[in-house]
Amino acid sequence: MTESPPPVVQMRGISLAFPGVKALQDVDFRLFPGEVHALMGENGAGKSTLIKTLTGVHRPDSGQVSLAGADVAFSSPGEAQHAGISTVYQEVNLCANLTVAENILLGREPRRFGGVDFSAMRKRAAEVLARIGVHIDPASSLGEHPIAVQQLVAIARAIAVDCRVLVLDEPTSSLDAGEVAELFRIMRVLRDEGVAILFVSHFLDQVYEISDRMTVLRNGTLVGEHLTAEVDRRTLIAQMIGRDLGALEAIEDAAEKRKTGGPVLVQASGLGRKGAIEPFDLEIRAGEVVGLAGLLGSGRTELARLLFGADRADSGKVLVDGAPLRLRGPRSAIAAGIAFSSEDRKGEGLVADLSIRDNLVLAMQAARGWTRPLSRRTKDQLVEKYLKALDIRPANPDALVRTLSGGNQQKVLLARWLVTEPRLLILDEPTRGIDIGAKAQIQQLVTALAAEGTAVLFISAELEEVVRIADRIVVLRDRRKIAELDGSVTGVDEVVELIAGGAAPEPEKVVS
Amino acid sequence: MKNRLIWPLVALAALLLLNLVVTPSFFALRIQDGALYGGLVDVLKNGAPTLLIALGMTLVIATRGIDLSVGAVAAIAGAVSCVHIGTSDSAGTAFAGMAMALLLCALLGLWNGFLVAGMGIQPIIATLVLMTAGRGIAMLVTEGQIVTVNNSAYKQVGAGFVVLPVAILISLLVLGLVAFVTRRTALGMLIESVGVNPEASRLAGVRSGTIIWTVYVFAAVCAGIAGLMISSNVSAADANNAGLWIEMDAILAVVIGGTSLAGGRYSLTGTLLGALIIQTLTTTVYTIGVAPEVTLVFKAIVVIAVCLVQAPKARAALSFRKVAVPS
Repeated sequence: MTESPPPVVQMRGISLAFPGVKALQDVDFRLFPGEVHALMGENGAGKSTLIKTLTGVHRPDSGQVSLAGADVAFSSPGEAQHAGISTVYQEVNLCANLTVAENILLGREPRRFGGVDFSAMRKRAAEVLARIGVHIDPASSLGEHPIAVQQLVAIARAIAVDCRVLVLDEPTSSLDAGEVAELFRIMRVLRDEGVAILFVSHFLDQVYEISDRMTVLRNGTLVGEHLTAEVDRRTLIAQMIGRDLGALEAIEDAAEKRKTGGPVLVQASGLGRKGAIEPFDLEIRAGEVVGLAGLLGSGRTELARLLFGADRADSGKVLVDGAPLRLRGPRSAIAAGIAFSSEDRKGEGLVADLSIRDNLVLAMQAARGWTRPLSRRTKDQLVEKYLKALDIRPANPDALVRTLSGGNQQKVLLARWLVTEPRLLILDEPTRGIDIGAKAQIQQLVTALAAEGTAVLFISAELEEVVRIADRIVVLRDRRKIAELDGSVTGVDEVVELIAGGAAPEPEKVVS
Repeated sequence: MKNRLIWPLVALAALLLLNLVVTPSFFALRIQDGALYGGLVDVLKNGAPTLLIALGMTLVIATRGIDLSVGAVAAIAGAVSCVHIGTSDSAGTAFAGMAMALLLCALLGLWNGFLVAGMGIQPIIATLVLMTAGRGIAMLVTEGQIVTVNNSAYKQVGAGFVVLPVAILISLLVLGLVAFVTRRTALGMLIESVGVNPEASRLAGVRSGTIIWTVYVFAAVCAGIAGLMISSNVSAADANNAGLWIEMDAILAVVIGGTSLAGGRYSLTGTLLGALIIQTLTTTVYTIGVAPEVTLVFKAIVVIAVCLVQAPKARAALSFRKVAVPS
């Protein structure tokens, strides 16, 4: 990396707000020709938003995007592609029933006599495939090929037009090690041809292997831009996760005061599911907050879902109060006093078109069955109690949950489970994407619940939060439980060290 | 919810007024032999089967489903009861026949529920199976003939009177029952919850499979009762034509009533209005003497108009009303 040519893409002062969220705040970004540039950040950091701003899906509220020195303002992905910015998304967006050649040239087929010139199309597709060294028959139908090859075809499609910038959004998430190597080979070929490649991946090993430069985002702001060779994993992770100490009230006192000698409530031994999380052992005591730390994709959510029966485990068992629990689904977990508040509030948590009241009583009503309705009075009492206890606004039980802010939605979801008086409450990212006030309220609630004897399994991407709130911290990496730490004596640095996996190079990761 | 019922109400009122203009005696009621007659009564009576089927359809649609097989199920119900009754004129035989028919319908509903909830087949495909096969079953039962019966007890169901036509009373009874069961128990809320967000409902511990199963059985039983009415009204079972296209009318009634085909919140009152609009429309076609060849076009225009004013885009365009009438 000597004196570089001028950047092909330059974004300056990009800000973009969605209703209730500042997705990007004054972000600068540059991308040079002939480099692989990794865009780093945890979920919700603004990676996808930045990419979508670049590719014309979103228009920035302020800021300027320039391409090869000229200011541009794309109003659609098509325009961006026309200008030389091609994107390959995580999910393969191709037509499995068409041929490889048709997929590569869809929408820009060579024409002859008003029809499609199929032989020219196959020839052109073969050229593109040869350029990246993929040897498959362009006339074969795409669906015959494995996902990895389809991914390569998607890249071929992206570079079939004059492509100066190639955006690869999580291209490796469904590939195995050999396929990743093949993808990287192709990326290097393109890079050496002068294509600027923007690469998003949650796998640090891959980022360190392929990228030349990286930009780190957190909570919609730019944290730093580095040459990959100059930044070690620890620094990178610390930047991604953030360490905004003192931003929240002092919760740690409460954690110290609590005594954690309660009886073992839930015990998992050898619990695991292929492709989700390796078999793990875990003990959770009554009145204890157990934190789960690890990067995105480390198996945090997967572990929680197994404990709740949302996914079926293929090995191991769960004991509740020492007695084995047959986890046949969420219902058996709920009956045993386990509650799970999903990280995906909208998709797996709330029922957006129903009222606050209905959402609050849903879990309890479901447990009772439809023939035994809660009386109107019981419902009103419950609703009133929790609207007040959690400070949910608006305090109107008939308001549709859809209309609430993220923080209030999260509180409604929490309240739904509190109504059932769970013995183990699993909270997956309960504070993500909500404002700082609601965040502090939820953290205080967690400590208060633990003080009353509820066991809490607390999952958060924010290490600070986990360290502050948890009595015990379970560290996950690459879908494996790698350590268990005493929360009262552990610092963020120690956890970061573990997550980063030390200095020793990891064996090649196999994902699938 | 009340706001959403305004347009269906307006449409219904407009149709009724149109009838009044064309037939001044349309609203007149007269009592003859202790039974009530008149244009409005006719609308209600002829609309009873559609209303019944639309009630079942409402709950199915609320769970994000659809049931195309109701017309065929109605034909099967008529066929089974008529074949069982045969030449008998005893009330006992009539009731046994009807009980058999409804039991069979419940089984057919279980089958639909099995395909949708058990096998995870898309509802439109799953119920298409019975929509086509059902007519065949009805043909098998009637051996391809139109089976006529002459049973006074059976005739009461579709053509009898207790002040009002029995068909009206039955459908209103079912309406009341559904409203009571879904709104007084938690069934309604759980149905809506499953319809709005199936995965969230599952994770909250809702037995979505059982709920879906229940609504398909209910829809099939409703279709069965409607089938008995249709067949009783003419004292015959016609495997080919009984309840033909009634699933379309029922779906339309549900949609006109403001329940979204995407599932979720439903309105039984809306469905009642929808069913009345469809039936009034059919009646209007006869009273104002629309030529038979443009009947369907006329119906389509009215339905499109009602659906349009309910579409979000059209409502946005009409939103100046909101200023005058704060909701």
